[in-house]
Amino acid sequence: MAVETTTRAKVRWGLLDVIVVVFALVPVLWIASLSFKTPATLTDGKFWPREWTLDNYRTIFDTDQFVRALVNSIGIALIATLIAVVLGAMAAYAISRLDFPGKKLLVGVSLLIAMFPQVSLVSPLFEIERQLGLFDTWPGLILPYITFALPLAIYTLSAFFKQIPWDLEKAAKMDGATQGQAFRRVIAPLAAPGLFTTAILVFIFCWNDFLFAITLTSTERARTVPVALSFFTGESQFEDPTGAICAAAVVITIPIILFVLFFQRRIVSGLTSGAVKG
Amino acid sequence: MADIVLDKVSKRFPDGTTAVRGVDLEIADGEFVILVGPSGCGKSTTLNMIAGLEDISSGELRIAGQRVNDKAPRDRDIAMVFQSYALYPNMTVRENMAFPLRLAKLDKESIHQKVEEAAKVLELTPLLDRKPANLSGGQRQRVAMGRAIVRQPKAFLMDEPLSNLDAKLRVQMRTVVSRLQKQLGTTTVYVTHDQTEAMTLGDRVVIMRGGAVQQVGPPQELYDHPRNLFVAGFIGSPSMNFLHAAVEDGHLRTALGDVPIGDRVRRQLDGADAPRELILGIRPEHFEDAALIDDETRRRGLEFDAPVDIVESMGSDKYVYFTVEGERASAAELEELAADAGAADFTGTGSSLVTRLSAESPVREGESRRVWFNLEKIHLFDPSTGRNLTLHEGRASGALAD
Ligand SMILES: Nc1ncnc2c1ncn2[C@@H]1O[C@H](COP(=O)(O)OP(=O)(O)OP(=O)(O)O)[C@@H](O)[C@H]1O
Ligand SMILES: [Mg+2]
Repeated sequence: MAVETTTRAKVRWGLLDVIVVVFALVPVLWIASLSFKTPATLTDGKFWPREWTLDNYRTIFDTDQFVRALVNSIGIALIATLIAVVLGAMAAYAISRLDFPGKKLLVGVSLLIAMFPQVSLVSPLFEIERQLGLFDTWPGLILPYITFALPLAIYTLSAFFKQIPWDLEKAAKMDGATQGQAFRRVIAPLAAPGLFTTAILVFIFCWNDFLFAITLTSTERARTVPVALSFFTGESQFEDPTGAICAAAVVITIPIILFVLFFQRRIVSGLTSGAVKG
Repeated sequence: MADIVLDKVSKRFPDGTTAVRGVDLEIADGEFVILVGPSGCGKSTTLNMIAGLEDISSGELRIAGQRVNDKAPRDRDIAMVFQSYALYPNMTVRENMAFPLRLAKLDKESIHQKVEEAAKVLELTPLLDRKPANLSGGQRQRVAMGRAIVRQPKAFLMDEPLSNLDAKLRVQMRTVVSRLQKQLGTTTVYVTHDQTEAMTLGDRVVIMRGGAVQQVGPPQELYDHPRNLFVAGFIGSPSMNFLHAAVEDGHLRTALGDVPIGDRVRRQLDGADAPRELILGIRPEHFEDAALIDDETRRRGLEFDAPVDIVESMGSDKYVYFTVEGERASAAELEELAADAGAADFTGTGSSLVTRLSAESPVREGESRRVWFNLEKIHLFDPSTGRNLTLHEGRASGALAD
């Protein structure tokens, strides 16, 4: 009886999972399928391409436009992620471990930044960056990305830091470590899962951003992939760029998948087990 | 190796709690000192101040003659063993033990040698390449000790290092700690609230209550000559019996009968503001079955009859519990001690009396038995201040002393 219900429950949950996964993946697969179709069969409405072609991929890698954008995207997202995670880790550590005046204010303000509608900041930022000469440069995108990624980083990381036993840091200090050494050699390795989780989230945020990228860039110097995609045209004005856009969309998904897979292996739970008690 | 001096050291937390008040303590080089007291009395706070993990609010701390109030833990050259062990989970046992040495920038060769040496002393050699998660509680405890000893620090601080172990392992580790300390001869401050650890491990015991030191001395001295009611009740297991005693011309009226008093105690009771009521304290082993004692001994004590509640035969002797009628002793200290012990074993109207009688005593549960107790071993306490009135120049001299 009990076994029967569990199998039934399993089947039910399994079905539900399949529905959710299919629902989420169909558009992605559709795009992948489109990217392999020839221009003639593009609109045939078939899920499975009748004629396979790699032309779309050749097209995008032939244009300097896309490759430049890919380089920009990777560079900007990586640098912004690195800085946001390092700064976020230090802030989160202070918030979770120290009692300092203005702590509540700091947390409140960072929450405020996260809630602030980005659209309303776009035009002022545009003006500011033009004045400062940051417009259409890498730092011009990295800076706003860091600003908006930091609250996220601080929140996720302080949750992780709070789980690390306080005694470990005291022990490190007694063993002769400075505050900095205690953090680098004992706390940070234990917070690694948190650091990687945060890095993934921040990277995805930077990688997918369209709003800042479209307003704060004008040329290939700093234009990122999501924006470059929107500028895609065919070889001639009359050619349909859909196939190329789809190919590009598939290509830019790959770094994210790699990034997540790479860091996910490091997110092992139970890293602190054995630290305290028995 | 060094001596540690606490000179009127106090700790006030930002929220206004005074956890430690005016502690004076001189710990000699190589000495093993135990801090003991009920939960929340400031033991850990005191230890953390010596370690440098808590700031000192006022007073001075000197290690090897040097004021260290403002020194960071790493500059004090002290090792600490935590109750939680606090092993670094991302490092193997070897790396855990090598950590302080690597921070001290020793060369690889001597690090290896020192770690191997410490591992041998603590029988950790086969475990050196394991992670803490794969160790038993006792093994983790030994690794924590190992990490403390590899560096040969000026002093060891230990905060209830054995309290997470099961009873058998605790006894075993107790001897390990004791042997290690003797071998190394390193000044050690050890916090516990375990009676047995306090009595057996240290050269001297410091009893704390509410952030203040109550008495400092070798365990036996605290046991025999407690300065006040709190110390008397805290040290000893089963603990001292306390009875209400009313002062009436020339003697004390107690549940055990009228107790005569000598000149020395009487002089203290003469003053106008002298207490009219006292608390009489007597340890279980100072009772004996009246049928078993010779006349010579009999003269030094008094006898009373009481119904036997429970007999616990321990083989070597018998713990016998009596109920005696009469008013119950009451004082703030006694309530605190009862709360800390977590037991209000005072049920019913009378007071419960614990005695330790000879194994030969034919005492049986339910009967009424005649019991003798030793007047020379009685302590009398002032219930308002807790002071031991029978104490003269640090020695307890019983109720009859002249
Ligand atoms: N950070 C803090 N802020 C305020 N009060 C504190 C703080 N840390 C400890 N205290 C208080 O100081 C007192 C002493 O604490 P401490 O930890 O030294 O007790 P303890 O003797 O070690 O007790 P236990 O046997 O339970 O470990 C307690 O009343 C505690 O509530
Ligand atoms: Mg404590």
